[in-house]
Amino acid sequence: MSATDVTLLSAAAAADAVERGELSADELFEAYRAAAAGDELNAYLWVAEDAPAAPAPGAPLAGVPLAVKDLFCTEGVPSQAGSKILEGYRPPYTASVVARLAAAGAPLLGKTNQDEFAMGSSNENSAFGPVLNPWDRTRVPGGSSGGSAAAVAAGSAPWALGTDTGGSIRQPAALCGIVGLKPTYGTVSRYGMIAFASSLDQAGPLTRDVTDAALLLRHMVAQDRRDSTSIGLPGEIELPRSESLRGIRLGVPEELSRADVGIDPGVLETFNATLRLAESLGATIETCHLPHAPHALSAYYVLAPAEASSNLARYDGVRYGLRVQDGGLVGMYTKTRSQGFGREVKRRIMLGTYSLSSGYYDAYYGRAQRVRTKIADDFRTAFEKFDFVVTPTAPSVAFELGAKTADPLAMYLNDYCTVPMSLAGIPAISIPNGLSDGLPTGFQLCGPAFSENRILDAAHALEQAIGFDGSGGRIDA
Amino acid sequence: MIDREQVLHVARLARLELTEDEVGRMSDELSAVLGHIEKIDELDLDGVPPTTHVVEVSNALRPDEVQPSLPREVALASAPAVAGGGFLVPSPQADADPS
Repeated sequence: MSATDVTLLSAAAAADAVERGELSADELFEAYRAAAAGDELNAYLWVAEDAPAAPAPGAPLAGVPLAVKDLFCTEGVPSQAGSKILEGYRPPYTASVVARLAAAGAPLLGKTNQDEFAMGSSNENSAFGPVLNPWDRTRVPGGSSGGSAAAVAAGSAPWALGTDTGGSIRQPAALCGIVGLKPTYGTVSRYGMIAFASSLDQAGPLTRDVTDAALLLRHMVAQDRRDSTSIGLPGEIELPRSESLRGIRLGVPEELSRADVGIDPGVLETFNATLRLAESLGATIETCHLPHAPHALSAYYVLAPAEASSNLARYDGVRYGLRVQDGGLVGMYTKTRSQGFGREVKRRIMLGTYSLSSGYYDAYYGRAQRVRTKIADDFRTAFEKFDFVVTPTAPSVAFELGAKTADPLAMYLNDYCTVPMSLAGIPAISIPNGLSDGLPTGFQLCGPAFSENRILDAAHALEQAIGFDGSGGRIDA
Repeated sequence: MIDREQVLHVARLARLELTEDEVGRMSDELSAVLGHIEKIDELDLDGVPPTTHVVEVSNALRPDEVQPSLPREVALASAPAVAGGGFLVPSPQADADPS
């Protein structure tokens, strides 16, 4: 097999080929290592130099290498969450989920670029420069897991880990034409993930197809004694096989699927085409209502920055990363943070500090927590009648680099369709949904907590029917 | 609206030092975002309990067993300055304004 042929295999197919002896794990690793080292998209911040030890005999992931978002701590390997403030940081331990995947036979291929501390929807907030979208290098890949999405779409990684706080897996997956899954909050350990907003952050797979997402997720899920919010899943993740949606009831929330809420007509066209396809696969489709969803973004931009302002208090120049001296202790804290954090991170720390400060707490933080309750209630009500709620993943296709950097609010609106599920803590997947103006769009499907297996099955059936061709994103195409 | 004085107050709470340009920009940008956020004032939220976390588990306990932790020298290895087996920091007394 040529190196290009190797990187054309899905991760599951590559694992099978290694197991059957048609491909060696070394050959597989080297094909991807070379592709990652030659990356022209700025998707990687670090690439492994040496092949890892051979996978244990019978290891289920058979040596298929894994690209990992920079914010996962990896022992002895740079882990800076895309920030200058963690300059030179090489963690003394590895994140639980990365260690689990390595033990299952998926060694670390490289660390991927991201928006600083996962704050962003375009990857333009990285201290290491933006990632380019492999479909069109003048455009953003989405964010914050933009490096992971671009690497998988371009074929320089078979699959990748990302994190999703308000859409940071699903939105870049949509903009790069790949699959991205945010699991139910608590199914995957957050231990060793550099925190953004702890009540929302969740790790998930970015993959070329739904089967790969299921395979990777299967080996990510676990309760972890080192993350008190982790609960695992009631059963094992199954590989999806379904090709039908017979008997499945899909709810289309009016609040998240109309042109007048800011969804581009081209995106809506591909979304509606897939609804018709779902009908032909046996699904029933009805309008539903999530009356509080239009307020999700407001609640999110109170809650997430509030948690971030607290989480990021630890970057003070004392224990790791950057230190800038300036007279005394407070001077050192202040100079270190002012020079170490980028513009968007400062903005969110300011927003969070403001909404938690004396006199504003009830009006902002307290109210936002109540809105969060109403949004979760909206979904609970919808799931009494529907198996899944479906929406476009992002309101537009990938936009030009620089198009929204001057207007934070316009940038935040990218997460309009993905934030409600994050606040409710429920699982959601984005699958490639055809092209609009030659660029990928995403179809989002979400279900009740712990419905990952059913979501993967339905997404698989839709994926087969859509028959998306991802070759436009390949660097070797 | 968040004015210049409020920006400076919040920056001090957050241990951030902003340039004159940044203060103006921050005031404009935060005001725009807060203007959007304030739409939640339209909602009737009386009697709605707050959500602090979405996992419907409470009082999850595990046995309190001693587990290995990072050796001291490993924990100190990433620090910018160490002394006597601890993190070394500048003296707070050297701050011009220790608030």
